Amino acid sequence: MDTLSSLADGFVIAMTFQNLILALLGCFLGTIMGALPGLGPSNGVAILIPLAFSLGLGATPSLILLTSVYYGAMYGGRISSILLNIPGDAPALMTCIDGYPMAQNGRGGEALALSGFASFIGSFLATWGLVLLAPQLVKIALAFGPAEYFALFALAFATLGGVSSTNQAKSAFAAMIGLGLAMVGVDTQTGVPRFTFGIVHFYDGIDFLVAIVGLFAISEVFIFIENRHGSADAEGKKVELGRLTPSWKTFWGSFPTIIRTSLVGFLAGVLPGAGASLGSFISYSMEKRLLDKEGTFGKGDPRGVAAPEAGNNAAAGGALVPMLALGVPGSGTTAVLLAVLLALNITPGPLLFANNPDVVWGLIAALFIGNFILLLLNIPFVGIFIRVLLVPPRILMPIVAMVSFVGIYGIAGSTFDLVVMVGFGALGWLFRKMDVPLVPIILGVLLGNNMESNLRRAITISDGDWSVLFSSPLSMTLWAISIIGFVLPIFVGRFIPKKAKKLPETVEEEVSN
Amino acid sequence: MSDRIFGAVGLLLAALFAYSAMIIEESFLSDAVGPKAFPLIIAAILAVCSLTILLKPDAAPKWPTLPRFVELVASIVVMVLYAEFLPIVGFVIATALASAYLTWRLGTSAIQSVVVGISIAVGIYIIFHLLFGLSLAKGPLGF
Repeated sequence: MDTLSSLADGFVIAMTFQNLILALLGCFLGTIMGALPGLGPSNGVAILIPLAFSLGLGATPSLILLTSVYYGAMYGGRISSILLNIPGDAPALMTCIDGYPMAQNGRGGEALALSGFASFIGSFLATWGLVLLAPQLVKIALAFGPAEYFALFALAFATLGGVSSTNQAKSAFAAMIGLGLAMVGVDTQTGVPRFTFGIVHFYDGIDFLVAIVGLFAISEVFIFIENRHGSADAEGKKVELGRLTPSWKTFWGSFPTIIRTSLVGFLAGVLPGAGASLGSFISYSMEKRLLDKEGTFGKGDPRGVAAPEAGNNAAAGGALVPMLALGVPGSGTTAVLLAVLLALNITPGPLLFANNPDVVWGLIAALFIGNFILLLLNIPFVGIFIRVLLVPPRILMPIVAMVSFVGIYGIAGSTFDLVVMVGFGALGWLFRKMDVPLVPIILGVLLGNNMESNLRRAITISDGDWSVLFSSPLSMTLWAISIIGFVLPIFVGRFIPKKAKKLPETVEEEVSN
Repeated sequence: MSDRIFGAVGLLLAALFAYSAMIIEESFLSDAVGPKAFPLIIAAILAVCSLTILLKPDAAPKWPTLPRFVELVASIVVMVLYAEFLPIVGFVIATALASAYLTWRLGTSAIQSVVVGISIAVGIYIIFHLLFGLSLAKGPLGF
């Protein structure tokens, strides 16, 4: 009951005029970013973070705006999957398989509407899952001491690489690069400068927003310049939409699928490191195995459209659970959202629920509201987004670059940070070419200082005895899970590679969204 | 081959990182762990990963051809120049030039690029500066 009354308070906070407008704006922008190939949830949110800060929004309003973008992008990805056979973002990849054939059969409108409903139900159930599960997780997390937190961070790195990357050495490499970057600046505990090479700008560390926008947004622009597929993929393809509502028969036929895959997707989202792409992937494969008796999957089966969409939206909600309750993001985009919290000086984790209940519950209420807005935007008004899809990348990509510059200039106000951002963009391009995942880098930059201070606190408490890290049953469990999570994929084979090969170049790298 | 070079560079980086960690000056008021230990752990794991990449390389990625590569470097240079000139010539002019260049290199025709560049610059200026009140770089002309 406690939870429900907190949620009611959250609705009071979210229902202000400003917050509703921000939710609407976020949902709208998010759907566009999801729909446009080349812009996914993580780089979409990354571009908008600096803007939210430059506009001087408070904690709850910024979070409402950005999580609406996050939910919106999960909806939007399906539009270009269905109409153009190009996934708008990585989680929408599986939607192409049955969505595009449906559109070719003249049932594009129906596919859009059905997948819109599936997305809605997936998100709705997952947001309830968040409401119920997060406070329970917080209770467990209250038992965590510094040693357990250190182990938890290690677990986040181990599993994030384990599920989403094709090469464990490279994902660990990326994590270490991120942690190394976090070390730059004055050491908070002793006040000595580290790795600053005498450059004054580096004394207060590398701004993680600069790193995130550079790695995600600017490197995307470089990928487009390299391949020059700036000439529109979308131009010249026109599909008949047909009716914009699914028939009752289609809807009820897909309903059990939607419920099942919502649950599976949510669980996939809660697990650290998996995220929405894996959620939609597992959902689709499961439904195919269960239902595909007549070989209709892959040829425009409505259930094949509903499954991945319910799955990825549910996973998006699920990934917020560990992010809010433990401060350890479950996916790439939630890692970016974690950056928002840190930049707002809010420490996620159990204390967040105790100290800033208004932020948490206002955010969760906004997710419920945003979900309804998205349903509205994505079924009756889907036509707007179809028109936006006609903006060719050759015009879109310069806009992305310039908006990134504006945002970073707005918060940092210095040329130096812009140059560092371009540097990160170039680095991001190189790492993408080398198959080094970017998400562990971001996670490293974000969690590095926190991880180190937990380590030092643990050892200081134990008076210099390092074995304290492995002494409690809880930390032993966490270490065991992280070792298994890291080692298992090496032997069992990976979850994603088979599908990664089929991915077009632009979405290949953000599999862990 | 690419991965072997990458691994070697990674090893070098790890060594450099470890060296920079060793020369961190410790203050006399330090905790039990000190500011060096965690960076040294990072350097060690970084070295192990780099060595693994070096010894067990993946298939080489498809590198861009030389002209494409030059194109890429040119756009990096343009962006750096953009950052440097932003406070000098002002937001609108710098942005119009940079975005015209980028859209031109992505395949827009020359005249169209100028139009697109100016529209992007003016559009962002109107939305973010006039509407949202974000402070953008001011040039000598005041915008």
